[in-house]
Amino acid sequence: MIPELGYFALILALGMALIQAIFPLLGIWRDKMSWIVLAKPVALGQFLFLVLSFFCLIYAFVTDDFSVAYVAQNSNTQLPLLYKVAAVWGAHEGSVLLWVTILGFWTALVAVFSKKIPLQMHARVLAVLGFISSGFLLFLITTSSPFRRLLLNTPAQGIDLNPLLQDPGLASHPPMLYMGYVGFSVAFAFAIAALLTNKVDAAWARWMRPWTIAAWCFLTLGITLGSWWAYRVLGWGGWWFWDPVENASFLPWLAGTALIHSLLVTEKRGSFKSWTLLLAICVFSLSLVGTFLVRSGVLVSVHAFANDPARGKFLLLFLAVVIGCGLLLYALRAPFIKGGSYFSLLSRETFLLANNVLLIVAMTTILLGTLYPLIIDALGLGNISVGPPYFNAVFVPLMIPLLFLMGVGPLCYWREMNLKVLLMRLLYPAIIAVFLSLLLLLMTTDKIPVMVFIGLALACWVILVTVKSMLLKGWPLSFNHIGMALAHIGIAVCVIGITMTSYYKLERDVRMQPGDITTVGAYDFKFMGLTNLQGPNYTGLIADFQVTHKDQFVTLLHAQKRLYTAQQIPDTRAAIDAGIFRDLYVALGDPLNNNAWAVRIYYKPFVRWIWWGGLLMVLGGICALKNSISKRYIN
Amino acid sequence: MNHIHKQRAILIALIISCVAIAAGLALYALQQNINLFYSPSQIAAGQAPPAHEFRLGGLVQMHSVHHDNNSLRVTFGVTDNKNSVLVQYNGVLPDLFREGQSVVADGRLDSHNVFIADQVLAKHDERYMPAAVKTFLKQAKS
Repeated sequence: MIPELGYFALILALGMALIQAIFPLLGIWRDKMSWIVLAKPVALGQFLFLVLSFFCLIYAFVTDDFSVAYVAQNSNTQLPLLYKVAAVWGAHEGSVLLWVTILGFWTALVAVFSKKIPLQMHARVLAVLGFISSGFLLFLITTSSPFRRLLLNTPAQGIDLNPLLQDPGLASHPPMLYMGYVGFSVAFAFAIAALLTNKVDAAWARWMRPWTIAAWCFLTLGITLGSWWAYRVLGWGGWWFWDPVENASFLPWLAGTALIHSLLVTEKRGSFKSWTLLLAICVFSLSLVGTFLVRSGVLVSVHAFANDPARGKFLLLFLAVVIGCGLLLYALRAPFIKGGSYFSLLSRETFLLANNVLLIVAMTTILLGTLYPLIIDALGLGNISVGPPYFNAVFVPLMIPLLFLMGVGPLCYWREMNLKVLLMRLLYPAIIAVFLSLLLLLMTTDKIPVMVFIGLALACWVILVTVKSMLLKGWPLSFNHIGMALAHIGIAVCVIGITMTSYYKLERDVRMQPGDITTVGAYDFKFMGLTNLQGPNYTGLIADFQVTHKDQFVTLLHAQKRLYTAQQIPDTRAAIDAGIFRDLYVALGDPLNNNAWAVRIYYKPFVRWIWWGGLLMVLGGICALKNSISKRYIN
Repeated sequence: MNHIHKQRAILIALIISCVAIAAGLALYALQQNINLFYSPSQIAAGQAPPAHEFRLGGLVQMHSVHHDNNSLRVTFGVTDNKNSVLVQYNGVLPDLFREGQSVVADGRLDSHNVFIADQVLAKHDERYMPAAVKTFLKQAKS
């Protein structure tokens, strides 16, 4: 009964989404007030039914209702409760339901927080969101219903959730990521509504900004969580693989970051209007492309799991309609948008423009590398893969000027800046950054790789200049400024982490028997022996490693090798001793002959800074959000 | 050309040169870093480039995995059910590496036609098989 209820709720939600998409626009056209005001209650109703449907699926998982095909494929009676709930979005059907439910959530938020937005604008925004929602609900109901029943041959036991997904990092990663992906739909809807009315002004930018920042915060958090999960579970100590699925989330992030900065110019100076509109369309299109890449199964990727051509076709068609309509409208209307105010070559506007150009170029090169194998394959020219060396070779050289300009921009005035004043402001931070990074490097090592020096110097530069911008601004600082400072320092912290861990990591794969000692850097790892492990839905072995540093005891690490009983899938859980300046990482490989094991032992300096940087960026976003929400939506 | 126009022109020139440099870099990097997929049959037919890095896909041959007694060196056969290639790898194999299952390896052929792998990847999901491996098995069958 409950799964059918969930399915009917989905159909009702589709009906409401269609009303939400069509009636407000018709109402504006025919001047019927009653149709325009319909948008808000219908949006709330749609969200209510989506939540109902989502809870029905959770209920099916929690009660082990294996007559539902999706539950039977992705759950098991032995699965711990937390992962039964997380299994809801563990595979294709459920994650599409999560996607739509989150879209419903954002739509409901837009519907409720609308005090200062003119009614017609508000109705148009909701109509665009309703259209997107209708498309995805149609996709969900026709090709990927999670409520499909197996009534004839109801299995007694479910297949189980993929063990790789049974981890707190991954349980929370998709909802955060989707909050980000889908959140950009609000920015998209605002852009389309503005194009429909030809009204792009500072007020419009002010309405749109909080939504964009909120979505960006969630996306940043989602990517950070994903990277942390990959480090612990998936990739034997790597934190980023340039895998197509990762790139799919990174593309909207880069474009979204560009959008936040360009929106700032539109809000404060009234410039970059058409560019901001184009970016808003572009960011959400990239979110849709990301969803398509991951959900259609077109990728030859190590973690894409959908494999159904009908789904791919539907998504591709929907993608073409949304992006095509968006760009067509833009092409028709953008020429009529009046330009902004004057700015000189040396002004904050110019540096924000440079930021946008670099971010978009970086995004395009990554998009090219991600889609290239698919295009070659589609043209029948063979199977190829584009590896991490490509992405590193194009991405890193673009980030160096970006970091440099990130230091200059905040110290520059809007409109016009005197070159001499600017250089005087930048002189000391530049000198201190170079000397500080040299000093830090000379204290720890005798030879200095160029890239490490560049990375550290740029990170110091960004931090120093950001601090200086706060000093120049004087107390009390606005939340906006604190937000900017935190986010920029977050980038610097992240850069330190990436630089140090890339150049000074030590990785050794060795064959070890109990009693053996392996030295990695200044640490000795002694293989103490194996004990048995009994988990709720897995069995396995724990290998104990004693770590010493100059004969001083450091820690005891317990690396796990699990065997998930339901599907007999082995899984490795690395043992990590986390620290501010270094992580010690031990992972058990496969058993060899003579009681020996293949063991990975890593020393990862500063690796945690990568994720702390991500969290600082999120914190910065929240600060900027606090200001714009209280000013524009609540009072 | 007045002051404002001149500044705009400089700005646009800067943007275009920056984009051009990036495009050049991207194309160069793409040329250097593309790995082609080859099946065991294609290698047997001598189509694979000698001494150049490429990607090998297929199934791990049954009863072919052999671990060295003193190091991490492991050898195994990769097959498309028609031809097979001997692969040598020095490192830790992925969790889902099993005989009879699909596998993808990056590396190059040595002079004895042994594939020296730098990296071995196995699928992450029981239901998932790399698209290239699927095509190779189909081609070998026909």
